[in-house]
Amino acid sequence: MGSQEPSAAAPRKRSAGLGPWGPQAGASTSGARAAGAQGPAPINDVIVVGAGIVGAACAAACARRGLRVLVLDGAGIGGGATAAGMGHLVVMDDSEAQFSLTRYSQQLWQQLEPELPPDVEYTPSGTIWVAADEEEMAEVRHKHAFYGARGVATEILDAASLARLEPNLRPGLAGGLLVPGDAVIYPPCAARFLLQRAAGAPGIEVRLGARVVAIGQGRVRLADGAEYAAGVVVNAAGAAAVVLSPGLPIRGRKGHLVITDRYPGWVRHQLVELGYLKSAHAHDADSVAFNVQPRATGQVLIGSSRQFHAADGAVDHAMLARMLRRAQEYMPSLAALSALRTWTGFRAATPDSLPLIGLSPDDPTVFLATGHEGLGITTSLGTGQLVADQIVGEQTAIPAQPYFPNRFNRSDGLPDAPHH
Amino acid sequence: MRLTINGQPVEVPAGSSVAAALAAAAIPARRSVLGEARGPLCAMGICFECRVTINGQPHQRSCQIQALAGMTIGVSPPPAAAEPRRPLSTVHCPLSTSLLVLGAGPAGLAAAARAAEAGAQVALIDDNPALGGQIWRGTTTDPHSEAARWAQRVQAAQVTVLCATRIVDAPAPGRLLAESPDGPLELGYQRLLLATGARERFLPFPGWTLPHVLGAGGLQALVKAGLPIEGKRVVVAGTGPLLLAVAAYLRQHGAQVVAVCDQASWSALLAFSARLPLDKIRQGLQLSASLRGVPLWRNAWPLSTRPGAVTISHRGRARELACDYLACGFHLVPNAELATLLGCATQDGCVVVNPSQETTVAGVYCAGEPTGVGGVELAVAEGEIAGLAMANQTPEPALLARRAYYRRFARRLDRLCQLRPALRALPQPDTLVCRCEDVTLGRLRAHDSWRAAKLHTRCGMGPCQGRVCGPAAEFLFGWQPDSLRPPIFPANIATLSGQE
Repeated sequence: MGSQEPSAAAPRKRSAGLGPWGPQAGASTSGARAAGAQGPAPINDVIVVGAGIVGAACAAACARRGLRVLVLDGAGIGGGATAAGMGHLVVMDDSEAQFSLTRYSQQLWQQLEPELPPDVEYTPSGTIWVAADEEEMAEVRHKHAFYGARGVATEILDAASLARLEPNLRPGLAGGLLVPGDAVIYPPCAARFLLQRAAGAPGIEVRLGARVVAIGQGRVRLADGAEYAAGVVVNAAGAAAVVLSPGLPIRGRKGHLVITDRYPGWVRHQLVELGYLKSAHAHDADSVAFNVQPRATGQVLIGSSRQFHAADGAVDHAMLARMLRRAQEYMPSLAALSALRTWTGFRAATPDSLPLIGLSPDDPTVFLATGHEGLGITTSLGTGQLVADQIVGEQTAIPAQPYFPNRFNRSDGLPDAPHH
Repeated sequence: MRLTINGQPVEVPAGSSVAAALAAAAIPARRSVLGEARGPLCAMGICFECRVTINGQPHQRSCQIQALAGMTIGVSPPPAAAEPRRPLSTVHCPLSTSLLVLGAGPAGLAAAARAAEAGAQVALIDDNPALGGQIWRGTTTDPHSEAARWAQRVQAAQVTVLCATRIVDAPAPGRLLAESPDGPLELGYQRLLLATGARERFLPFPGWTLPHVLGAGGLQALVKAGLPIEGKRVVVAGTGPLLLAVAAYLRQHGAQVVAVCDQASWSALLAFSARLPLDKIRQGLQLSASLRGVPLWRNAWPLSTRPGAVTISHRGRARELACDYLACGFHLVPNAELATLLGCATQDGCVVVNPSQETTVAGVYCAGEPTGVGGVELAVAEGEIAGLAMANQTPEPALLARRAYYRRFARRLDRLCQLRPALRALPQPDTLVCRCEDVTLGRLRAHDSWRAAKLHTRCGMGPCQGRVCGPAAEFLFGWQPDSLRPPIFPANIATLSGQE
């Protein structure tokens, strides 16, 4: 690691040159003022830019630590990638750091589950990683060992068990790995719930329709010229974070989804092809993967596609068709299901597929909470905890360093060192 | 003719639509998300309230499907069966044509006939099982009707006709994706006419989701599709000239029309009637004559309804009227979804066209109600002009004059059908606004935009894609619809999957 941070992987104290931003410290140094406005302005310790699920989780975690939080968003709550995402709460194993954050976050979701209102649609459907052939079954066994060594129970499915659990999968698949702890939620309502739950003393204020055009030096400027000040500004603007913090190693990675009418029981687990690991994540090229999810409504949500360099958010018919054909290779009878809607969204992708969580290398008043790519729904809760712990100077529950934005300080845009 | 409905044999009149057969047997088409019994509302393929499982295939619009002997019909939602369903054919049958006309109502029939008579190669597509669209539904077989004359001209000019075919997507310029009973269909064209008509505007009030409540045009369409109406008590309510036409039709077919209630005021009606075209006055007099003895109430609108009765606000008093059906529609909403998907500019929900009926997208034309609701005469005139223009012909001056004449009428019609603000107070917090997802007014009130309401309540997320609740929410809250994405109607996954 080339940064000034200690390389220990153990839980650690934030030590980025700022004193702890406790509520008193924040209150004494921050304030907000509308351009040209007179009189007392609301006092904020933290301004969170972005009311997506990551921003909501950051705001909620800060508020629970006694900080006064203002959340600003140009649109509504959970209207960006949060609305576009699948809402799959999944433990991932691409790297130790990815596992650590997804596992931590999943446990936070499980703790929160009893409080979640019905419209969050928390459904413990579990994930099945579907293996098409013996090569992928080897990957199943590898994942089983990886998860098992880290305390995550999984079950290896042979071809017959897979067919029994998901009869609409085509015959002839090799098997799969069932991860029973994974779940599915409806993310926009989860974002709203996180903000509502945190509402109350000492206070969290959400201002929607407030489009932020600039941040820095403890200030936030809106499109209408209004300015706010706070001890810390959290940039949780998803793929748009790079507009506010220029130079971030983030690219929008476009995805398509299709949702069907209601077919209760047609699919029961989140089904993801293991080829996903080989194809979708690894390359820069456009890719599709079989990824099908049962919604609490009985609807079937069908993904996924990944595209860099997409010009806009319009539905790309060729990509959509390719994605749906891939899905039908695994579930041929999807063909006769009625699709109600399609949509697209942009994942905030980083070069190493890990999010940017922590102090901005360019501005000691700015924290970043972005770059979650396809895992922002899962990792929102962990991100919120990491951000809040670092702001108040508390020990983080998992090592925070792998997600520090300063890992990309090198001129080639690559991480300073391997992170796993 | 015998069908099997929910496992029971049911005798239905031959020639009925499945929806009409169900309604005649007083069987709800489906259970809603919250378990309410529902039947058809629009009866013209828009609202998706009447969807059932037919021969094992779920989510079929029963209003658009002819009942056939031996059919097995199940009420939605489908059972939680997991056995693989029969995949549809994924073979696309490309149809390529010079001119493609979408919609076989007055505008589409007139356009197709005029263009084909001028020598163009024309194909005509419609979602309904037969020609005629809504206003001419079922009348093309009456040899004395204007509908039949246009249908004969279309046939004589060798127009390719595809009914029961619904456009779902526009994947590329010059190409459309459709679904037909035989599977997905890809259509190629050089010039396109959108003659997609209009749908009824529905407004929520307590009880409006009960199966005895249909659209005004909806009940008429269902009767045309085989629902016996003789001896039934019907209250017709809402606003617009359609109400009188529907009431007259229903009475002619044996219904006992209890009252016709229009929310418009007498002063609005007088302003509308002044300098009305002569033929419109004649139509009005004919309708009035055929409705002799039926109370025609102005300043009247439904407050609430329950099975067997509706409460009407009339001159400030609540009056309960006994009825078997409440036929209720608040004028019309242009079907502009496909135009919007193609990128055509719209203004106040209407497609913008130039004097040749061409939209802001070159080669895409629009005629009839989508350019502004104006009735059948305007639709025919616009259709004729569009058909000629698409075939590179110059329309006769008389035709242009006829269009101008009826456009003035359309503007007055628009003013007549302005909704009074009091109608915003009809729905109660527990009144459903979105019928697909069963979202109440109270839940919508927590939000400040259509997009936010959709995301957080599922309003507009069901199979009608907001065609019913969208215009209602626009009236209630002033919310503008958000961006439109394909498919513009629910479509099978196979249809959207393209070809290798």
